[in-house]
Amino acid sequence: MTDATESIKQPDTTTASWYEFATKHRASIVAVVILVFPLVMPFTALAVNILIYGLYALGFNLVFGYLGLLSFGHAALLGTGAYVCGIAIVHFGWSWYAAIAAGLAGGLLMALVIGVLAIRTRGIYFAMVTMALSQCVYYLFYQAVDLTGGENGLRGINVRTIDLFGLRIDFINPMVRYYVIAAFVIAAFFVMSRILASPFGAVIEAVRENEMRARASGYDVTLTRLLTFVLSGGFCGLAGALQALHLSIVPIEILHYETSGLVVMIALLGGMGTFFGPMIGAAVFLVLENIVSVWTVHWQLIVGAIFIACVLFFPAGIWGTLIARGRR
Amino acid sequence: MAGLSFDLIALQLFAGLALGAIYVLFAIGLSLIFGMLTVVNFAHGAFYMVGAYVGLYLISIGGNFWICLVAVPLLIGLFGLGVERVLIRPLYGRGIDYPLLLTFGLSYVMVECVRIFFGKTGYPFDTPEILQGAVNIGVGYFPLYRLFVIAATAVVLLALWLFLEKTSFGLIIRAGARDPQIVRVLGVDVSRVWLIVFGIGTAIAGLAGLLAAPLQGVIPEMGGTILAEAFVVTVVGGMGSIGGAILAGLLVGVVVGMTSLFAPEMAKVSIFALMAIVLIVRPQGFFGRAGLMS
Repeated sequence: MTDATESIKQPDTTTASWYEFATKHRASIVAVVILVFPLVMPFTALAVNILIYGLYALGFNLVFGYLGLLSFGHAALLGTGAYVCGIAIVHFGWSWYAAIAAGLAGGLLMALVIGVLAIRTRGIYFAMVTMALSQCVYYLFYQAVDLTGGENGLRGINVRTIDLFGLRIDFINPMVRYYVIAAFVIAAFFVMSRILASPFGAVIEAVRENEMRARASGYDVTLTRLLTFVLSGGFCGLAGALQALHLSIVPIEILHYETSGLVVMIALLGGMGTFFGPMIGAAVFLVLENIVSVWTVHWQLIVGAIFIACVLFFPAGIWGTLIARGRR
Repeated sequence: MAGLSFDLIALQLFAGLALGAIYVLFAIGLSLIFGMLTVVNFAHGAFYMVGAYVGLYLISIGGNFWICLVAVPLLIGLFGLGVERVLIRPLYGRGIDYPLLLTFGLSYVMVECVRIFFGKTGYPFDTPEILQGAVNIGVGYFPLYRLFVIAATAVVLLALWLFLEKTSFGLIIRAGARDPQIVRVLGVDVSRVWLIVFGIGTAIAGLAGLLAAPLQGVIPEMGGTILAEAFVVTVVGGMGSIGGAILAGLLVGVVVGMTSLFAPEMAKVSIFALMAIVLIVRPQGFFGRAGLMS
């Protein structure tokens, strides 16, 4: 996939100044956009969904766009984060921040388990193995009815107020809910920006570009892959935990393979291997889904057709195409 | 455990083989298309599902099961030809992920179209009258239809083997899988070969869907479940290997059959446990070529 991704091109010296500025302050730009975002949205619940799916796609994109591995099992990471967070609250009565931390840790751990098995394979094999393993996770959570509620989903994640440094904040107020979740998402974007700008981030892209050369340069390719996948699991686990708090329920569909496919669509739509792509993809996808679902219940037909059109005519995605224009 | 006799286990073994036969038919089309075109057809499950629905429709307008056995693969195969020509052909040479993503999007469209025409709920699919009942196979009575599924799979495999090994077109297909460049230089229209291989693969998927319909009923989501399980078959057997798909398909069927007997709640998970073990011991699968992995 590397050959067709515009963003992978070596930066040339004639880069537009707005592009340089955007790259340097990318996390801050995302933060500003997220802070003003709900003011322009028709309703806040949609904005919250965009945040959560944007975070999910951000984690996915680390593996798909930057490492160059197509995973079809990311639903397992999102779902584990959501279930661990929900179970911590419902069955163990943990406080909200401990539950979010648990969800994040759950995502990391599940990514480690899946990663250790799947990282032995490559290319499309990797897509197939991750999808099969995530299907296994689906059945495991489905069977554990006592903990997860099985088919009915995990209910009763009621977080009405959250305690923050002695303050009690009303979590039912949509705007408050948005900004609490936004704080986590913005923090995640800053962490992601740091990871990508670090020497380790350079190794990730080196592995994608030329595995043999990366190996010859002394980098442990397998370990890099595994570590990237685990980090990705952390982001997705956090997204899942926030999703559980937001919905107050974890439906079993969160582990369905269509949830894995959804994030591939979002990343592809926004632009894989780009920093802003995941959030743009999530925003465009969810707004589109909302508009189409008002018009027809068969929105998946439209979404599938748009996805096909993207693959055929628009593989760099929205942001990837803009970057290619901006660099000229 | 007192009730578990040798006969019961033997019967369950046969039930597993019948289930495995469906896996084999499904995976063989997947494997054929991958081996020749290097396209992982994520819409294979959707073709399988549409096969079952077309059979359902043909019977509702007065056809019988035997007509379906011929008409369904033919119609699904023709549909597959159209899909390859219009959607997949532009993607050759653009890397291995693009056809995969495209067929994934296509499966969304196909499933939703079926929901529009047939509704979201499933339908039962009657076993044809002549194949109802059970026959004594020495260890006990076994459903006739399941035996028929095993036999039909064997016939398809034999026909496929004869086609690939004994006809000149089969020779071209095998040569095209090894080195399309040389075959093209020899004056063969490779894109036409790929078109036909895709058509054959989807035709077999449609047939598998029709054969599975009386066993499990027909719902729009039936393709997704078997797709994930067929990936396990493909990974265990070795990507692109037809022999591997047959062996692994039957093995997965038997594993499911046996765990349904001893630990029913683990039946679904056991498939994936099998895959995990194979991945650890032999990542390229039984007959996989190591080169395909890297």
